[in-house]
Amino acid sequence: MSEAAISAEGLVRTFGNVLALDGVDLDVPEGTVLGLLGPNGAGKTTTVRVLTTLLRPDAGRATVAGVDVLKHPDKVRSLIGLSGQYAAVDEYLTGQENLQMVGELYQMSARDAKARARELLEQFKLADAAGRIAKTYSGGMRRRLDLAAALVVRPPVMFLDEPTTGLDPRNRMALWEVIEELVAGGTTLLLTTQYLEEADRLAHDIAVVDRGRVIARGTADQLKAQIGGERVEVVVTDSAALPLAVEALAPYAIGEPTVEPHTRRITVPVTGGARVLADVIRDLDAREILIHDIGLRRPTLDDVFLSLTGHATESDADSESESDAEEDRGDGAESPDGQSAAGRKASRKKARV
Amino acid sequence: MSAVNDSVVVAKRNVRRMTRIPEVLVFGLIQPVMFVLLFTYVMGGAITVPGAASDPNAYKQYLIAGIFAQTVTFAVAGASAGISEDMTKGLVDRFRSLPMARGAVLTGRTMADSVQTALILVVLSVVSLLIGWRTHNDLWKVFCGFLLLLLLGYAFSWIGALIGLSVRSPEAATSAGLVWLFPLTFISNAFVPVATMPGWLQPIAYWNPFSATVQAVRELFGNVPPGMVQTAWPMKHAVPVSIGWSLLIIVVFRALAVSKYRRSDG
Repeated sequence: MSEAAISAEGLVRTFGNVLALDGVDLDVPEGTVLGLLGPNGAGKTTTVRVLTTLLRPDAGRATVAGVDVLKHPDKVRSLIGLSGQYAAVDEYLTGQENLQMVGELYQMSARDAKARARELLEQFKLADAAGRIAKTYSGGMRRRLDLAAALVVRPPVMFLDEPTTGLDPRNRMALWEVIEELVAGGTTLLLTTQYLEEADRLAHDIAVVDRGRVIARGTADQLKAQIGGERVEVVVTDSAALPLAVEALAPYAIGEPTVEPHTRRITVPVTGGARVLADVIRDLDAREILIHDIGLRRPTLDDVFLSLTGHATESDADSESESDAEEDRGDGAESPDGQSAAGRKASRKKARV
Repeated sequence: MSAVNDSVVVAKRNVRRMTRIPEVLVFGLIQPVMFVLLFTYVMGGAITVPGAASDPNAYKQYLIAGIFAQTVTFAVAGASAGISEDMTKGLVDRFRSLPMARGAVLTGRTMADSVQTALILVVLSVVSLLIGWRTHNDLWKVFCGFLLLLLLGYAFSWIGALIGLSVRSPEAATSAGLVWLFPLTFISNAFVPVATMPGWLQPIAYWNPFSATVQAVRELFGNVPPGMVQTAWPMKHAVPVSIGWSLLIIVVFRALAVSKYRRSDG
């Protein structure tokens, strides 16, 4: 087993009388990706801030790339790259100037910093906007610029704090591809996210955090197995057809079906993915049961939390609108992005605590 | 020397920002120009300068050093608003996660403020020359007068840095940066002779760090009214007292601001 590039033991941090970290333990082997999964206010950002020397914990120890975070913060800073949930770029500087400034602050010569900035702008598809001030960039462009700024010196350890929160699906996909390339190059990465799917795609290992603690740890498959995996959801047009539909679904179920008569909805746990869905549709059709809506649902963060803690994610109205959006889409292939701009702002504020 | 390099990089960033938001510079200019014109043409007639009562031009000569000095102290507001804005934006996290010198974010800011102050002084000098202000001394002494003004402005921008770090909201920082400057600059020799103030107020005005610079600059510009006699100790040694006050302010407020920046956890 390779050496841990990031390790933390018993991190505790309070803000006033709010316990933000309640003994966080983590380790990330070199060259791997750990996804820190949790709702707003779970302690994800606080953990990242401690590990990136921005915040001193009240108790606990941490090392990054073998260097003690509390004893040698300056050394740690030269080994890490950080990209936060709000793009930390100067909006009155151009893309080129932003990256060049960061390079110069890493003690690169002006010429090297300039060349590296150009290289990164090219790599992140920002070359055309290099001479424009960042204020004129779209949200996705700013995130890319911010990520580029974290990569100026090709640090061996990277921290990405909710890199895709608030991005539209296209920009999210584009950013995922960039992150995957990064990991393929051997960078150790700690990634925080609210989206199970994002952790699923990018992380080798997932740590679920809630109320300042790591409450579960494992690969995406292990966690999903623990939660119960996929389900088929059927909404029938006529509630009189419910018993008939339950009967039709029974052969596919790997557990107890749940029936909600008032919404005419049946949920059945299944395995086998889209193929099962096709079979179910054929079967229902053969029995002449009219379908109002049908979909394959994969576990969401809410499900993880319900299963692990017995309570939902507590992100208020946000999580409700998110799960609605998820249901409407049915297949769960895209992350929920039903948040309003105001909601995002509120959740950012919360996440800082 | 990474501390110097980092400060210069940050200063460059702040100067660049200045060129992208020219409104800030323009409004920074309007106020002192307005003060020069208002004091000269509105108040000037009512204020007599001792020893030069017969000369209608005398108050103008007396006033300009005062306005210049007041103008440089307004660097406080720029520094406090700028730094508190930086602190509330995500950019400060970027800076703090980089292996850069700890004080560089603040030093870079105060350096950029000095550039702005210098620019404002140039414009203000031109306006003052146009309305009839003249220096009566060697050019190098006049130049030293401007250096003293820049030093005072630099010192005050460190006070602004501390305010900006303490207040944490750019709006509050702007007013917190300005509100105490009015008594400070008015209870002084900048606009009226201190001898006309009530006796209990006079020592305060004479020992005001601001007054020392005003008096020193007046001497170096050759703008001290010929008949005016100074008896207070700080006024008789205005140049060294001005330098001493400015250096003291820099040392104290730089130390306070840098340690506050280091401790701020966000």
